[in-house]
Amino acid sequence: MRAQLRGTTALRLIPRRQALAQLAALVVLAVGAVGMLFPLVWMLSSSLKPLSQIDLFPPRWLPTEQVTVRIGEVAYPLYEVNLDGSIRRLVMIEKVQRTGIFADPADLSQRLEANVKLAKPVERVRLRWENYVEAMTAVPFHRYAINTAIVVFGSMAGMLLSTTLVAYGFARFRAPGLGALFLLLLSTTMLPSQVTLIPTYILFSKLGWIDTLKPLIVPSFFAGAYDVFLLRQYFLTIPLELDDAAKIDGCGTLGILFRILLPLAKPAIATLCIFHFMWAYNDFFGPLIYLQHQEHFTIALGLQSFNAFRARRYDLLMSASLVTVLPCILLFFFAQRIFIQGVVFTGIKG
Amino acid sequence: MVKLSPARREALWAYLLISPWIVGFIIWTAGPMLASLFLSLTEYNVVSPLRWLGLANYSSALFSDPLFWQSLKVTFTYAALSLPSGLAVGLAVALLLNLNVPGLSVWRAIYYLPSVISGVAVAVLWQYVFNPRFGVLNWALSLVGIKGPGWLADPKWALPALAIMSLWGAGGGMVLYLAALQSVPTALYDAAKVDGAGAWQRLRYVTLPMISPVIFFNLVMGTIGTFQYFTNAYVMTQGGPTNATLFYNLHLYNNAFRYFRMGYASALAWMLFVIILLLTLLIFRSSTVWVYYEGQLRGGRG
Repeated sequence: MRAQLRGTTALRLIPRRQALAQLAALVVLAVGAVGMLFPLVWMLSSSLKPLSQIDLFPPRWLPTEQVTVRIGEVAYPLYEVNLDGSIRRLVMIEKVQRTGIFADPADLSQRLEANVKLAKPVERVRLRWENYVEAMTAVPFHRYAINTAIVVFGSMAGMLLSTTLVAYGFARFRAPGLGALFLLLLSTTMLPSQVTLIPTYILFSKLGWIDTLKPLIVPSFFAGAYDVFLLRQYFLTIPLELDDAAKIDGCGTLGILFRILLPLAKPAIATLCIFHFMWAYNDFFGPLIYLQHQEHFTIALGLQSFNAFRARRYDLLMSASLVTVLPCILLFFFAQRIFIQGVVFTGIKG
Repeated sequence: MVKLSPARREALWAYLLISPWIVGFIIWTAGPMLASLFLSLTEYNVVSPLRWLGLANYSSALFSDPLFWQSLKVTFTYAALSLPSGLAVGLAVALLLNLNVPGLSVWRAIYYLPSVISGVAVAVLWQYVFNPRFGVLNWALSLVGIKGPGWLADPKWALPALAIMSLWGAGGGMVLYLAALQSVPTALYDAAKVDGAGAWQRLRYVTLPMISPVIFFNLVMGTIGTFQYFTNAYVMTQGGPTNATLFYNLHLYNNAFRYFRMGYASALAWMLFVIILLLTLLIFRSSTVWVYYEGQLRGGRG
């Protein structure tokens, strides 16, 4: 907001050279922005197309359909027919090889024959919102959505509970070896997940957890290093005097955490939740290796299997993809500030 | 009950509170690390009993698995294509936004938005965008008279295509650079101006050194991230055509979960770990040459 105000007033006051530089910057930014939004617009446009317009080149950005005229029981397609230079709107009754039999929609008995090459279909814009219904019902999408919600929110609960406790322990207590343990925790952020992947998979398979949602939820109850680090740093910015005051008022050790620190750490908690949501919602590798039957799939895995089996149905794939990314886009718009602060925080200090 | 001294009580609380992480570290990190190190010396397919191999997995990766080298080549080539271009685009947008343009928050949102959506949906979308016959990219190219290549279907273009796609997410870096740029003190620019520095010189001698730690951080994370690259390659190309997009992580996945060569895949994982450690070390070593930390000047924070 502030930057915006500064920008607009600056435009009026600064010398011409700088104004020109700003104008040039705006033009470049606008061109780039078109490029950034282009794929999303393409996704929206394609999701509303009939299958027949999916592979048109050049593409038709606004999906259309041919206008039909209902006469009695039958819907006849409408054409603009070029009859010796004069163009008439006629319906096609029948097609015999290259010749179309046309008629006036007002009077079907008055028939004309013309080469189909001279007839141009009359089209109107029509957005096929029913693609969305079809995409959602062609696969058990509601099942995927429920599974995804269980995984995302189940693991989020585990993450919040464990991260809060551990971050509190590292931020507010003194104990022999605690510093070394914190260094150990930080060093695990450097560890690529592949190194622990295979034994973890074998462990889950021995436990009989393959093809259940448990492998995607349970590990979150054991505090991830990044999350702990972020929350601990935030706790450190809260003055110790508050803890002491609460203690004098009779607050216990856990009381200080839940009544004093957590309410003050809301921005950090929000950042943790949002980043966890984005990670768990989009996670593909975990579901891919642990889930086998369709009824256990998450949205990400369901979309991939849809993609693998119906590779040509880009109309439905784009509808399904758009529905899939929609929660992330909405979350971004509602929590933009937290996103950007979070990225900057984890980016610079992480 | 035994009466504890306050210091002991405090220590007990500390261990109790961090116990979820300690237990987790043993179950999900230390244990599996040792186990995978052990597995990497064996042949194991989960079903039949394991067989001791010694270092054979490592030597066969290095000397008799051409796909190992191919996957390394793919991963490094992709890093070389995508990291510098992503850096250039992200930094360029950040520099433009830093010119006090009106509507900063709107522009920032537009450029940042693509980087928050990821995963399978984005891969499916780009698969369609890259379609050689009716994809929107080749249509856009045809507008300026270029006949687009076969992209994902062409071994020469598949990897560049994925790098182009990665530019769509360059907004993530942009947000970081912008925050860094906004924290460069204006006094430095004023001083440079007084000394007669032009716009280019101010960029070269003030801006870039001041934000070099952020660039450095992004470079490290980007390099490590390339070794984790999986979803797009799996969804869009399955490593093809002719292994042109066989990323290291995909090769590892194939061995572990397609062929169930758990021992060999563990060896691949450990080699990945060593590679990442070496790379990180290398980047850190080189950083003293080109990364400028403000703390060094002022006596530092440590």
